[in-house]
Amino acid sequence: MSTRTPSKLEKILAAGHLAVTSECGPPRGSDPEAITRKAEMIKDYVDAINITDNQTSVTRLCSLASCIHLKKMGVEPTLQMVTRDRNRIALQSDILGAASFDIYNILCLSGDHQIFGDSPQGQNVFDIDSIQLIQTVRLMRDEGKFLGGDEIKRPPQMFVGAAANPFADPFEIRVPRLAKKIAAGVEFIQTQCIYNLEKFELWVKQARDRGLHEKVYILAGVTPFKSAGMAKYMKNRVPGMDVPDEVVKRMSGVPKEKQAQEGIDICVETIQRLKEVEGVKGFHIMAIEWEEKVPEIVERGGLYPRPKGIDN
Amino acid sequence: MIRSITRQKPEEELDQLLDGLGRVFIIGCGTCVTLTHTGGEPEVKAMKETLSNKGKLVTGEMVLPVACDNLTAEALKEYGEQIEQSDVLLIMTCAFGVQTIARQLEKMVVPALDTLFMGKETGVGQFDEICTQCGTCILGETGGICPVTSCHKGLVNGPCGGTSNGKCEIDSEKDCAWTLIYSRLKELNRLDSMRKMQKPRNHHGEPSPGKFKLSA
Repeated sequence: MSTRTPSKLEKILAAGHLAVTSECGPPRGSDPEAITRKAEMIKDYVDAINITDNQTSVTRLCSLASCIHLKKMGVEPTLQMVTRDRNRIALQSDILGAASFDIYNILCLSGDHQIFGDSPQGQNVFDIDSIQLIQTVRLMRDEGKFLGGDEIKRPPQMFVGAAANPFADPFEIRVPRLAKKIAAGVEFIQTQCIYNLEKFELWVKQARDRGLHEKVYILAGVTPFKSAGMAKYMKNRVPGMDVPDEVVKRMSGVPKEKQAQEGIDICVETIQRLKEVEGVKGFHIMAIEWEEKVPEIVERGGLYPRPKGIDN
Repeated sequence: MIRSITRQKPEEELDQLLDGLGRVFIIGCGTCVTLTHTGGEPEVKAMKETLSNKGKLVTGEMVLPVACDNLTAEALKEYGEQIEQSDVLLIMTCAFGVQTIARQLEKMVVPALDTLFMGKETGVGQFDEICTQCGTCILGETGGICPVTSCHKGLVNGPCGGTSNGKCEIDSEKDCAWTLIYSRLKELNRLDSMRKMQKPRNHHGEPSPGKFKLSA
């Protein structure tokens, strides 16, 4: 596929490499080192780093400022943007702000409902949804226009991503939902964490059957379990998450001190298996507050070294 | 029938609102708040007792037939003297009633209730918000189920990734609006509707505050 933006991530995908992205959650404070320290650990092992946008609706340092810190380090950021907190004026304004720092990747999300976070009484904005945000970025980039129709001077140049959850139900609408995001203009997808490989492979197959794998780059999302407790928590408490019983059993079957390693092993095996699936174009490794393990996962997953000499 | 759904304010809040106001006239309503047991005859009587126990002088009480109706002005006149003697009107109606009364009388008003939403009685004692009066109705494309109201995120282009066993991620007791829409459209053989790109909503369709005038 040809490229449309200066995004390094896009170039790597277009060149046919399996891409590797990861993510960092910003701190609940203003210390920039909380971000740069995490990024330092993983920057040589990934092509771009997502910065989450007040994930789980807990107030944190903003994604845009965090992305700028990455940019200053020479790391390629992916700006995550949720539609939960800002109306269309603020969203477009922040997109321009990011573009002014030459941030070239954006992930368009609706966002967790605010009831999960530290401000359950806050206004739930959702002026536009994730699909409309995808359309908005594409309009701003490709036509150089605001939603209101006016012209943008120096439009943003962003590679446009979105999330997909193959595991939420009803399952039969999950591929049509992907198709709708593609029709809206999405160019890459990062999926929900994958533990149920059969179901994920079925989802990719259905996407392939409709030719969708040639219209969008799908990055498979993986998250290593730190413990059997985390596996159980994700299975029972996290909405839209599918953790099969045998995975929980496998984590519980090893002594506590070895569970972290078992979690990494499962993650590596997942990558090795999914690398072979037609339509999977890379991996998004979400090592939640466990960034130091990303290098090991990337290396053992056979995804190291990362392509050199590809830049903005 | 549409009902204005209300909830009684916490006692501490009412105490604060009535602080320093010794003479109270209480007004209830015979319509929605009677149905929801928040401001009908029995609730007005109970409020009278509560306030008396707190040392307030209740100069009188009444239950208007329909507080938000224009005839309220006439009904209030019957209690002119008792109202006159009071420092404050404690109004156990929805905010429509409170404002209708406030426009009629030069008296301080204190609402005893919080007004939650316009609801429909969907079962015995069960009231649901099914329309937020957004001004840009898309029910024709969603099988008659409103995602603007029934989805907690008001998503108009399909579900988020948080649906679990057909329930919403924020409330396992609540059906996912988009799962309901999907099932309905499937039944009707109209799944194509889900492919339609809904544009960003026109919030000017419901300019706030809303105003409407019949043309001559």
